[in-house]
Amino acid sequence: MTLLEVTLLVPLFGGLLLAIVGHRPVAGWINVAVGIVTFGAALAMALEVFANGPQLSPSRMFYIDAFNVYLVVLTAFVGLTTSIFSRPYMRHEVERGRVTDRRLRLYHAMYQCFLFSMLLALSTNNLGVLWVAMELATLTTVLLVSLYRTPEATEAAWKYFILCGVGIAQALFGTVLIYFAAESKLGGERDDTLLWTVLHGAAGGGLDPAVITLAFVFLLVGYGTKVGLVPLHNWLPDAHSEGPTPMSAVLSGLLLNVALYALVRVKMLVDASLHTNLAGHLMMGFGMLSFTVAGLFLHRQHDVKRMFSYSSIEHMGLITFGFGIGAPLATFGALLHMTVHSLTKSAIFVTVGHACQLAGTQRIDQIRGLIRTQPAIGWGLLLGTVAIAGFPPFGVFISEFLLLMAAMKSWPWLTIPLLIGFGVAFAGLFRHMQRMVFGEPPPGQKPVEANMLPVVVHLVLVLWLGLAIPTFLARWFEQATVLISGASPL
Amino acid sequence: MGIASLGLYSQAIILFAALALFTSFIMLAQARMMPLIFTFAWQGLLLAVVSVLVAIVSKHPHLYVSAALTFALKVMVIPWLLYRLSVQLNMQYDAEAIEHPTLLLLGGVALVIFSYFVAQSIVHLSGLATRNTIAVSIAIELLGMLLMCARKSAVAQVIGFMSMESGIFFAAVVSTYGMPLIVELGVAFDVLVASILFGVFFFHLRDSFGSLDVGQFNRLSEANQPMPVREAAGGGHSAGDHS
Amino acid sequence: MDSQLTAWALAAGQALLFIAAAPLLAGWLQRVKCHMQNRAAPAVWQPYRNLAKLLRKRVLLAENASWLFRAVPYIVFGAMLLAAAVVPLIAVHLPSAAIADLIVLVGFFALARFFTALAGLDIGTAFGGMGASREMMVSALAEPAMLMAVFTLSMTATTTNLSVATDYILQAGLVLRPSFLFALLALAMVAVAESSRVPVDNPATHLELTMLHEAMILEYGGRHLALIEWASQIKLMIYSVLIVDFFFPWGIATGFGAKALVIGAIAMTAKLMLLAVVLIVWETVLAKMRLFRVPQFLGFAFMLSLLAMLTHVVLETGG
Repeated sequence: MTLLEVTLLVPLFGGLLLAIVGHRPVAGWINVAVGIVTFGAALAMALEVFANGPQLSPSRMFYIDAFNVYLVVLTAFVGLTTSIFSRPYMRHEVERGRVTDRRLRLYHAMYQCFLFSMLLALSTNNLGVLWVAMELATLTTVLLVSLYRTPEATEAAWKYFILCGVGIAQALFGTVLIYFAAESKLGGERDDTLLWTVLHGAAGGGLDPAVITLAFVFLLVGYGTKVGLVPLHNWLPDAHSEGPTPMSAVLSGLLLNVALYALVRVKMLVDASLHTNLAGHLMMGFGMLSFTVAGLFLHRQHDVKRMFSYSSIEHMGLITFGFGIGAPLATFGALLHMTVHSLTKSAIFVTVGHACQLAGTQRIDQIRGLIRTQPAIGWGLLLGTVAIAGFPPFGVFISEFLLLMAAMKSWPWLTIPLLIGFGVAFAGLFRHMQRMVFGEPPPGQKPVEANMLPVVVHLVLVLWLGLAIPTFLARWFEQATVLISGASPL
Repeated sequence: MGIASLGLYSQAIILFAALALFTSFIMLAQARMMPLIFTFAWQGLLLAVVSVLVAIVSKHPHLYVSAALTFALKVMVIPWLLYRLSVQLNMQYDAEAIEHPTLLLLGGVALVIFSYFVAQSIVHLSGLATRNTIAVSIAIELLGMLLMCARKSAVAQVIGFMSMESGIFFAAVVSTYGMPLIVELGVAFDVLVASILFGVFFFHLRDSFGSLDVGQFNRLSEANQPMPVREAAGGGHSAGDHS
Repeated sequence: MDSQLTAWALAAGQALLFIAAAPLLAGWLQRVKCHMQNRAAPAVWQPYRNLAKLLRKRVLLAENASWLFRAVPYIVFGAMLLAAAVVPLIAVHLPSAAIADLIVLVGFFALARFFTALAGLDIGTAFGGMGASREMMVSALAEPAMLMAVFTLSMTATTTNLSVATDYILQAGLVLRPSFLFALLALAMVAVAESSRVPVDNPATHLELTMLHEAMILEYGGRHLALIEWASQIKLMIYSVLIVDFFFPWGIATGFGAKALVIGAIAMTAKLMLLAVVLIVWETVLAKMRLFRVPQFLGFAFMLSLLAMLTHVVLETGG
C-alpha cells in the first residue's frame, strides 16, 4: 500500500472502528494510535516528495506537491497532539457528566472522520472532490460543536451549519464555472477536466477571463466563508467557542488552513489565466478587512474562547492578505505563518481548555490567578499569548515581520494599518490575559489533571522556528513558494 | 427569432426551466409547511425532467444518471425525510408569519434580473442551444439563498439550502452537460448526509429552544453577551455555566 | 370596393354578435355553476329575460342624483360596445382592427371603471363610496399586472395591435413559450379581479363585507341597471375572448369566406364554453378572500406577469 493510501485510509477506518468502541476507555488510546500511524505515513510521504518531486497517483486522482504535503504533515501532527490532549480531557468531561457514552462514541468517530476529510481535501487533484471533502469536513464537525447540547451550543452549531452551507454552495457554483470554462477550452470529451494538474496546464493558454473571474468571486465567497473572512465570519466565534476544547483546537488550527489552501489553489489557476492581479487584490482586501475588524472585536469579548477565535480570524486575514500580495517574500511569510499559527493556536486552545476546567467557567472576568493555582497552565497561557501576539523570539514574529517587509516592498501605505492592527490585537489579548493569568485566584480553586505535553511540544516548535528555521523546512517552504508565486524569495 | 427556431425538445427544456423558476418564487411566498415541501419536490421533478430532455437533445447518456440522482434525492428522499420530520415534530400544519411577502417576491425578481446580467457575460462560451437557461439556473440558486436568508422557520432554511444545491446542479447540467460522475455522486452523498443531519438538528433545536423559529436563536449574538461582573473583594466563583 | 363593404359589414356584424352573445355566456356560466352546486339551473337565456324585464321597468332616481348619474350607464355601455367592436371574435384582419390596440382596450376599461366609480360616489350613500374606493384599489393593483402581461405578448408579436398579434401567434404554430404560460396565468387572475368574480368579489352577493362592483351600482334600477349589467357581461366576455385569442387562437378565421367564418364561430363558441367551465370550477374550489388579501392576490398576479416578461427577455430572445 502506498503511503498516501495509508495516510488517508487509516483515519477513515479508525473513525469507523471508533464508532463502535468509542465509549470505552481504550478509545482514547486508539485515537492516539491512529494519529501516530497517520503522522508517520504523512512524514514519510513528505520526505519522498522532498526527494523526488511532486507525485501524481496512477489514477491521477491525488496529487502531492510541496504545497500540500507540508499541510498534510501539519494536519496529521496537530491531529496527533490534540488527540493526546483529548484523551484525559474527554475522560474528565465524561466524569463530570457533560458527555454521555453515545456522544463520546460520536466524538471519537467524527474526530477521525474529520481528519480524513481534511487529508482528502489536501491531497486530491480533483476540484470537485476537493469540494466534497470540504463539505464533509463541515458535516463531520457540526454535530461535535453541539456536543454539550446546551441551547448556546445548539445555536452555534446551527449557525455554523447554515452559514457554512450557504458559503460552500457558492463554492460549488464556482467549481461548476471553472469546469465550464475548462470544458470550452479543452473540449467536452475528456473526463479529466476538473483535475488541477490539467487545469494548471491549460490555464497557461488562457481560460476565458470573464468566466474565471466570476468563478473566483464565487469561490472566494464560498471558501472564504470557511476561512472566516469578514464579513462571512459570523459562525466562527460561536462554533469555536461552544464545542469541546479539542474541537476548537482542530477547527482553529486546521480547518481554516485547509480552506485557505483550497482558495490558494484556485488563485493559482486564476492568476495563470487572468494576467491581472484581480484575485490577489480581492484576497488582500478581504484579508485586510478581516485583520482589522477582528482585532477590534477582540477587545469586546467576555468569553475566553471567543476572544481567541477572533484572534484566529485576525491571523487568517493576515495570511490571506499575504497570499493576496503574491510576491515570493509574502508567500513565504504566509506559508510560515500558516504553520506557526496552527501550532500556537492549537496550543493556546488546549491551555484554555484546561484553564476553563480549572476555573469552572469560560468567562474572562471569572478566571483569575491561573499562575498561582497551577503554574503549568498559567505559564502556558502566558507564553501562548505572547507567541500569538507576535513577540520575538517566537515564530509568529518572524512570519509577521516577513509579511510586513513584503507589504512595504509592494504596498508601502498598507503597512500602517498592519502595524496598527498588530498593536490593537496585542493590546486586546494582553489586557484580557493579564487578568486571567495573574490576579488573585478565587478561594477554593484547585489544580486539575492537565496534560501539558502537547502545549510544550508546540511552543517549542514555534520557538525553534522563530530562532532558526531548519534548512529542510526552509527549502520545503521555498519549493512551495516557487510553486505558488513563480519565483524564489531567497 | 429566438425560441420559435428551436426544436420541440429544446422548447420543452426552456419551458420546464421557467416552471422550475416559478416554483422557486412560489416557495418564497409559501408560508405553510406541507405545500412548501410539496413545491420543493415539484421543483426537483421539473429539474430531473430537464436533465432527461438535455440528455435526449445533446446525446449525453450519463445525464440520465444525473436525472435519476436528482429524482431519487430531491423528489423522493429529501421531501419524504422532511415530511416525516414535520409529522414527528408535530408541525405539519404550521405556517410561519412572513412579513412583506410582496417585497420578498419583488426582491426575487431583482435577483432574476441580476442573474441574467451575470449570465450574459459567460453564455458566449457555451455551445448549447439552451444556454439561456444558465441565467435561470443562477436565478434558482440565488432565490434559494434568498429563501434561506429571509425566512424565519428552520425548515424553510433547510429547503432553501436544498433548493440552492438544485440550482447549482441544474447549472452544471445546462452549461457543461453535467459534471464528472464521481463529483456528482460525491455531491449527492454530501447532500444526503446534510439532510439527515438537519433532521437530527431539528430535534436538538426543538429540545433546546422549544421551537424551530430561527428568530429565537439569539443567545450568542454580540449584542446579547452578558455584561462583565464587577469583581468583589473576595473574588466571586460562579457555578460552572460553560466549561 | 365590394370586399371593403363586406369587410365593414362583417365588422359591424361581429360587434353586434359580440354584444348579443354576452348574456348567453352569462347564462351558460350560471347554468354550469348551478350544476356544480347541485341546484336546478335556470334556462340558458334567462339573462335575456332579466334584461328585457329591467328595460321595461320604470327608473327611480334619488333626489340628489346629478346628470352624471343618468349618463353613466350609457357611457359605460358605449365604452364596452367600442371595446367589443375591436376584439376579434370570429375573424382577424377586419377593418375595425385598425384601432384594435391593446392599450386602447385597457383605456376603454379604465374609462368605464372611472365613470362607474363616479356614479357610485354621486348620490352620497355609504355603499356607493365604499364600493368605489374598493374598486379603485383593486384596479390600481390589477392594471399594472394586465399591462405587463399585455406587453409581454406584444414583445413576442412585436406589435400591440390585437388583430396582428393574434395572426402572428396563429402563424407561429405550436411553440412552447413559458412567457405565454405565465402571462396566461397573470391575465386570468387579472380577469377574475376585474370582472368581479370569486375570489375577489362575489357576483351573487349583496352583503356589505363582500361587495365591490355591486356596491357601486346599488342605486341603479330599470333600464340603467339593464345597460350596466349588460356592460359587465360584455366585459367578462371580452376578457375571455382576449385569453382565447392570445393563447389558443387556432380556428379563428383569417379570410372572409363563409366556411372560414363558420369554423371560426364554432371554434370560438366551443372555447368560450370550455373557458366558462374552467372559471366555474375555479370559483367553486376557491373561497372569497378577505379584502385585505386582495393586494396579495394581485401582487402575485403582478409577479407572474413580471416573470413572464423576464422569461421572455432571458429565455426566448437571442437564441
